[in-house]
Amino acid sequence: MTLATYTFDAIIIGAGGAGMRAALALAESGAQVALVSKVFPTRSHTVSAQGGITCALGNVHEDDWRWHMYDTVKGSDYIGDQDSIEYMCKVGPQVVYELEHMGLPFSRLDDGRIYQRPFGGQSKDFGGDQAARTCAAADRTGHALLHTLYQRNLAEKTNVFSEWFAVDLVKAADGLGFAGVIAINIESGETAFLHARAIIFATGGAGRIYQSTTNALINTGDGIGMALRAGLPVQDIEMWQFHPTGIAGAGVLVTEGCRGEGGYLINKNGERFMERYAPHAKDLASRDVVARAISLELRAGNGYDLNGVSCVKLKLDHLGADLINSRLPGIRELSLTFAGVDPIREPIPVVPTCHYMMGGIPTNRFGQVITVDSKGQDQVIEGLYAVGECACVSVHGANRLGGNSLLDLVVFGRAAGLDVKEKIRDLPLRSVGKAELDAAMSRLNRWDNNREGESVSQIRFEMQKAMQEDFGVFRTGEHMQEGLNKLVQLQERLKHAAFSDHSRVFNTSRIEALELDNLMATALATAHSALYRTESRGAHSREDFPKRDDANWLTHTVYYAQDHRMSRRAVNMKPLHVKPFEPKERVY
Amino acid sequence: MSEAMRTVKFKIYRFNPETDIKPSMKDYELTIPDNQDMMLLEAILRIKALDDSLAFRRSCREGVCGSDGMNINGRNGLACVTLLSSLKQPIELRPLPGLPVIRDLIVDMKAFFKQYEKVKPYLVNNDPLPAKERLQSPAERKKLDGLYECILCACCSTSCPSFWWNPEKFVGPAGLLQAYRFIADSRDTSKVERLEALADPFSVFRCRGVMNCVEVCPKGLNPTRAIGHIRSELLAEGN
Amino acid sequence: MVRSATSLTGNGVRDWLWQRVSAVILAVYTVFIVGFIWITPQLDYVAWFQFFQGVGVKLFTLLAVLSLLVHAWVGMWTILTDYVKPAGLRLTLEILVIIALVLYFIAAIAIVWSV
Repeated sequence: MTLATYTFDAIIIGAGGAGMRAALALAESGAQVALVSKVFPTRSHTVSAQGGITCALGNVHEDDWRWHMYDTVKGSDYIGDQDSIEYMCKVGPQVVYELEHMGLPFSRLDDGRIYQRPFGGQSKDFGGDQAARTCAAADRTGHALLHTLYQRNLAEKTNVFSEWFAVDLVKAADGLGFAGVIAINIESGETAFLHARAIIFATGGAGRIYQSTTNALINTGDGIGMALRAGLPVQDIEMWQFHPTGIAGAGVLVTEGCRGEGGYLINKNGERFMERYAPHAKDLASRDVVARAISLELRAGNGYDLNGVSCVKLKLDHLGADLINSRLPGIRELSLTFAGVDPIREPIPVVPTCHYMMGGIPTNRFGQVITVDSKGQDQVIEGLYAVGECACVSVHGANRLGGNSLLDLVVFGRAAGLDVKEKIRDLPLRSVGKAELDAAMSRLNRWDNNREGESVSQIRFEMQKAMQEDFGVFRTGEHMQEGLNKLVQLQERLKHAAFSDHSRVFNTSRIEALELDNLMATALATAHSALYRTESRGAHSREDFPKRDDANWLTHTVYYAQDHRMSRRAVNMKPLHVKPFEPKERVY
Repeated sequence: MSEAMRTVKFKIYRFNPETDIKPSMKDYELTIPDNQDMMLLEAILRIKALDDSLAFRRSCREGVCGSDGMNINGRNGLACVTLLSSLKQPIELRPLPGLPVIRDLIVDMKAFFKQYEKVKPYLVNNDPLPAKERLQSPAERKKLDGLYECILCACCSTSCPSFWWNPEKFVGPAGLLQAYRFIADSRDTSKVERLEALADPFSVFRCRGVMNCVEVCPKGLNPTRAIGHIRSELLAEGN
Repeated sequence: MVRSATSLTGNGVRDWLWQRVSAVILAVYTVFIVGFIWITPQLDYVAWFQFFQGVGVKLFTLLAVLSLLVHAWVGMWTILTDYVKPAGLRLTLEILVIIALVLYFIAAIAIVWSV
């Protein structure tokens, strides 16, 4: 069988906010670009983002990108890279204005400028009063952003490979870097080699490693799986954000913007309990803080009982119908559909729900993928980029602030696109041999040849259960070890799993099998990294190590899939222009 | 503890071009706890766990990505926001009508997206860029409500007889809703060109006001109203 | 922009407008005729003959017939382009409709001016 080969200057894997912003940055370069996505671009998970995109426009009060930077560094519990955070916060306003110019239908203030709302962890003047810094299009900002980017890409005639699934990276014959990816045209089932000078991963998160998640069904960590199998590391992958307000039972996200607009959480006694946990910021403390507070309330028996599920409630009814209908219409719709509750009249039942992967493929602030050499030095992999949730650039560190993910997508999607644009003529089109192609095809061939075995859905179910039980909001070494043992067994079983349908045309069970490999790789990476970090920091909260330990752990963890090796990488504490923010105790 | 269980019956359209000469309806049964309701998508996912050859699209599972539009008991809708309890059994699932079937519940949406692309669904404004945002008053912005929220699920266009008869000439409700989204945007400067491009006898005027689009839109949008606005604008422009 | 050589004006707005204007004329004409019937005490051949001897009535009748043709053509063209997909067959049917409409018009002139 000969493999069809398509050659491009650059390929972008994933057409969410980051991938499509990168494609736009490359659009005017004249380079041949392919935007590869396993779903039609506007089905990408960016579409589900609600509350907004944070940057210091200063539209509702005096603001400064340095204040945003301070909040982000503090939010990250000091393991965010300060050069990247500085870059993101500084260019943020420009990037958001660009989105507005592209046509993004932002909500507006009376003076016609972009509406900004308060979000968690935001402050004025380096930890002062609550700030309002999150630019919003009602509570559908992700939808508006993703559609605007897709529309812009239509205008620029970007070459979209819609419903193509990237299987694995193909190494270059010279052993230096990568030559492209193997991909499947889902509609026809045909496999092809996409050959390119530059590859940008924008494959999004992997929230589907958990049973209960706000993430779309497509968030299966495809980039993480591909990177790990190619011998590349992932960084800080133990850091999983649990969003305080997922609809109980359904897992559907309820934006932090609800609390930004004045909503608050109550326990079964009707008490606004966040006043006890975060006296200053209350319900707008950082997400890790609020998620832990809710978990403690539930543990203390202060939760409502909802058909056997314990939950707290998000109270919005005091805000009035007008505000809810104009600022939070999507939330009302979701709440009515998934909780059967009209927030204009009664509070929404919510629980902390897996939401965001802070870790990912380590990159520098240009989006270039980094690996660590034997001396512990960063080594850039020329021509390979990662942006968005699959990347760890790292602006979120141990805990992401609300509204910073959409900003991350467009800032670093753009940065990577611009970097590729600049270098595209110097980047070689690396040659590949049969051995490299065979290696990249081996996983697909294994699945295609496995005719009998355990079902994919059964293994996926057990993996999600293990992650949910043993790697949740609160973690202990003992439970995590049990969880890891389960995952190791599951991975062994996965080698012998099979799907029964071997037809070619739109075979979604084949895709789901390939996705499960990626989920499993991400889950294992999470388990190993979580056990490795013996402290509590940000979203990683260990009951056996309840304190933050800056002496030992003010560092990134780095995981390699080969032998599940763990190591460390220094956090960047050297911003480009401003003075570094030194670690201090994190209180809200 | 043994929970009381009940059986839910389905009839699902099946067609695999590699093995089937013509499509057929296949029966499925799902056993779920008596007191449990769930979204139709969740039920289909469980059926897929039993029969992995069943193919359908899905992504966000909360009604914002537009992947799982299908014909549910004769009416177009999103599986992920349709409660099982709202449906009469056996629940009959078919692909969206009026578009070629690729396999099972998956249709080829090229014709649909082509009409969307035809309306140039992007902001056109060749004025010099301001250093900051373009200003837009809340009242001007309000005109976009009910227009920009479209998720391109195609439930509307594939329930529209005019789109069935002329999928390559009639833009269809989804495309026209987006056409008006940009006509109505105070920041767009190409209103005249946009209207000119729609002035022919097919693009807009094939709308017969059947209003199936309004009836099925899972986001509660009203394409017929947008089409009415386009007609008024066309008349006002004197095309 | 979809091109269509056989539509009345080749332009949706104008087709649409013509259809509505012709409908209004037909409606007024209908009221006119019904009114005549209503106020005429004895409706016989003589009454009709006298009524149609007026030049105004003749012209208005021809205008109504013309409106009917326009209205019918826009409608028939729409129906044919909706339901008849083979181009050859559709063109044949369109020509038949046009011939029929033209014949109606000639017949109408012949009748009205014979009075």
